[in-house]
Amino acid sequence: MTSMIAELIWLLTLTRSHVIARRYFVVNGFDGALTMLGLLVGFYVSEDVRLPVVINACLGVAIALGMSGISSAYISEVAEKRRELRELEKAMVADLGQSAHGRAARLLPVVIACVNGMAPFAISLIILMPLFAAPLLEPLSLLPLQSAFALALIIIFLLGVYLGRISHTFWLWAGLRTLLIAATTTTLIFALSPG
Amino acid sequence: MVQVKRIVLDVLKPHDPNGFDFTTAIAEKTPGCSVKLTVTAMDARTETVILVVEGKNLHLHVISEAIGSLGGSIHSIDEVDVENGPDDTEPA
Repeated sequence: MTSMIAELIWLLTLTRSHVIARRYFVVNGFDGALTMLGLLVGFYVSEDVRLPVVINACLGVAIALGMSGISSAYISEVAEKRRELRELEKAMVADLGQSAHGRAARLLPVVIACVNGMAPFAISLIILMPLFAAPLLEPLSLLPLQSAFALALIIIFLLGVYLGRISHTFWLWAGLRTLLIAATTTTLIFALSPG
Repeated sequence: MVQVKRIVLDVLKPHDPNGFDFTTAIAEKTPGCSVKLTVTAMDARTETVILVVEGKNLHLHVISEAIGSLGGSIHSIDEVDVENGPDDTEPA
């Protein structure tokens, strides 16, 4: 298991795919968090929506986001990695199927697809935790929908902070920027909601 | 006992892994050796390097497999140093 992880890290570094995986994690993770935020605000403005309905709808969207992330990234990454391998084989005038580059072309699309799919799914599940734990929140006088909304804002802020760390910009500014996007989304939902 | 002490190879390799990772990976496969890499030509996707491997008892197929697994291919064997030292077990 350890050697397999070491091999994957080596292949990710070799093909510089760790940058792609990181980008996919942030982009699709942000996608998942903002989608959940939108759903939660949508249910909030709808009023009188039963909690099981909210949970089922949000869970359905989380699964769909995960599946969409896995399949879309896999299809595109397989094509990209095959093209890269073919071009390298042409330059090397050799079959690189058994080399590290060949292994990378076969394995990395799966890894990148998992990152792309798991990021929105896992982040969505974290945001939905207050909904799952609604009976536990009751004695604390915390409302599940509002708690999940707050958690979504925290995660969106943290994703911004992470982006700030990558780009070496001030973390607070980067976090506030993503939070501004969340605030704009929320305002738009409230403004455009017919109810 | 015949032992290969030094091999100089002309190798074509992709840019990645870079020279550091390439030589490190080869050294890992052949314990007790020293590996020196010199880039002699650069192309858009590939580079030609001179690889000097020194050790007590080198095996070309091990080095060749290591190079192949890193996406490289041996163009030519430019130099080989071989020694025929005394046998390990002396007759009684």
